[in-house]
Amino acid sequence: MFDVTFVTQLLNGLQLGSIYALIALGYTMVYGIILLLNFAHGDIIMVGAYISWIVMSQLGMSPVLAIILSVAGCTLLGVLIDKVAYAPLRDAPRLSILITAIGVSYFLENGAQLVFGADAKVVPQYFEMDNLMLGDVQLSSVSLLIIIVTAVSTAVLTYVVNRTKLGKAMRAVSEDMGAARLMGINVNNTISFTFAVGSALAGIGAVLYSMAYTQASPTMGIMLGTKAFVAAVLGGIGSIPGAVIGGLLVGLAETFVSAIGLSVWKDAVVFLMLIIVLVVRPTGILGRPMTEKV
Amino acid sequence: MGTISRRDFMKMSGAIAGMAVLAGCGGGSGSSSSDGGSEGGSIKVGLLGPYSGDVAQYGLAVRNGAELYVKQVNEAGGINGKQIELDTMDEKGDSTEAVNAYNKMVEDGVVAILGDVTSTPSIAVAQQSQNDNMPLVSASTTAAAFVEAGPNVFRACITDPFQGKLMADFAADQGYKNVATIFNSGGDYEVGVADAFVEEAKSKGLTVTTEQGYAAGDVDFNSQLTTILATNPDAIMCPNYYQDDGKIVTQARQQGYTGVFLGADGWSGVLDYASAEDLEGCFYDCSFTANNDDEKVQKFIADYKAEYDADPGNFDALGYDAAIVILNAIETVEKDGKAEYGTDDYKQAIVDAIASGTADGVTGTIKYEGTGDPVKPTLVLTFEGGVEKVFTTVEA
Repeated sequence: MFDVTFVTQLLNGLQLGSIYALIALGYTMVYGIILLLNFAHGDIIMVGAYISWIVMSQLGMSPVLAIILSVAGCTLLGVLIDKVAYAPLRDAPRLSILITAIGVSYFLENGAQLVFGADAKVVPQYFEMDNLMLGDVQLSSVSLLIIIVTAVSTAVLTYVVNRTKLGKAMRAVSEDMGAARLMGINVNNTISFTFAVGSALAGIGAVLYSMAYTQASPTMGIMLGTKAFVAAVLGGIGSIPGAVIGGLLVGLAETFVSAIGLSVWKDAVVFLMLIIVLVVRPTGILGRPMTEKV
Repeated sequence: MGTISRRDFMKMSGAIAGMAVLAGCGGGSGSSSSDGGSEGGSIKVGLLGPYSGDVAQYGLAVRNGAELYVKQVNEAGGINGKQIELDTMDEKGDSTEAVNAYNKMVEDGVVAILGDVTSTPSIAVAQQSQNDNMPLVSASTTAAAFVEAGPNVFRACITDPFQGKLMADFAADQGYKNVATIFNSGGDYEVGVADAFVEEAKSKGLTVTTEQGYAAGDVDFNSQLTTILATNPDAIMCPNYYQDDGKIVTQARQQGYTGVFLGADGWSGVLDYASAEDLEGCFYDCSFTANNDDEKVQKFIADYKAEYDADPGNFDALGYDAAIVILNAIETVEKDGKAEYGTDDYKQAIVDAIASGTADGVTGTIKYEGTGDPVKPTLVLTFEGGVEKVFTTVEA
């Protein structure tokens, strides 16, 4: 049934999936390099959305500035969180750093509630855009923009990781931190760079999220982060194409479950997918089989 | 030196606990000795609601409205020369606290109670009130079970099913042929309005093209909206709370929907959550808006501002009107002069006076026709250039 509705639903699913994919990339990169599930990652999106709200709604400045400051703010926040909360625990057991991540997440959520209040804030529209007509199909310009920006961001990221010196350093640290250090790679800087890139993607995600869903609230990062985490695990945590595939799969699954009238079940379906993947193929779709080093 | 041994510490805490017990006794005996109050030329009315806790905002708003009207009546000389004395108690949004507060008010000798504010404690109090045939008027409780508790229980607000029916009739009057719904399928309020809307729409000969639910906390409604838009409705009924309504309207416009949205009183405040452009021409029903040229409403707003230095909302207006319902009935009974103050006959007379009387409130003229649900006019509001306007008043 390749009708108008199907095409629109596909677009809806890709839009939602693109946002999950951008966030999942941040999860997967940080996990790839220091084996940390950064549970504060979803809350970085929340901060990014609030920055856009402050710049446009409160200060009345231009949307372009709002986008720049949101992305820059998220990048700085990501690096800061690493330096303050995670770097001192680099040699601690992995459980300690995981619990710290949960702590940072609570800190950001409750901090936002304290500063901005529990009510949702409306992020104004960045741009006025007309929808595209393709025959009788009306294509949402917001959806198209989100999908394109995500595709470009992923392409740039893939280039950086595979073709640049910093990317090579990232891959080296991820392979073996000790050996990388012996080869003269500045491990701490490389980890900071990874956090910066992951958080910049979260910043882009925050802007795209605000474009589509227009509201910032202190707890918005929780479900968003959880879904992106599912996407990262689904695709194979540590794998960049895996995160994108996982994100799109989760977004499409949610959309089509709602489309057949089971919207109340869509979260259950997503988590069921996670359980099935963990049982059948624990490393995810594109994950490499990993043997735990002792 | 300077350290406290464990034994000393135990002694000290024992002494403190003892003091607390004594203080508690003192408070108890002091309050139970209060009398009926009619000799002092006053009439005691209970004011029950949550003034602290999660739902305090509603309780405080109702209280502000009610206290304003009582103050105005007292300043104008009271009823039959007697001043109205409010017995105000905070139930913190809790059913047990509410019933305790109710019992305390009965002990204090109130002749009627304005309360409760939210559904669950209201129902508990309504059931308890059957023992005393206490006249009970809630400003804001919409749950059906509240007025079903007994003939002594009334409310000043309209109910969820009433709103759904009203908006379906409105849709029919506007000439819409095909309507769809999107609502939080986990919320009593949303489901209550949506179901009544669908039922009435069908009976009016409208086609309900699709009913789309969503789960509480959802932010992406694109999938449901695509399904709805594929059925080409003339209007979409979206009876949710304003934050969700804002997101739904915005996302529908992103998908290119240019038609009308309908809503219920949960839309109050939606202007902060969607752009003026996206909301233009949508409709929702409610009891009260400050953007109403009605003289009585404007006077209420001015009085409220003078008293509290703030703008009144829906709950303030309903609190004010619930106070009018009660005090009008007391006035009727006092003028009649047959029943002796504080007796069971007096309470029954108040119940009868509420049931048969008419209260000219700021949310419209309130009457009761055999049930505790009011028969009153309801406003249908629309948006014009980012401003709420009264589109029409639907007479009861």
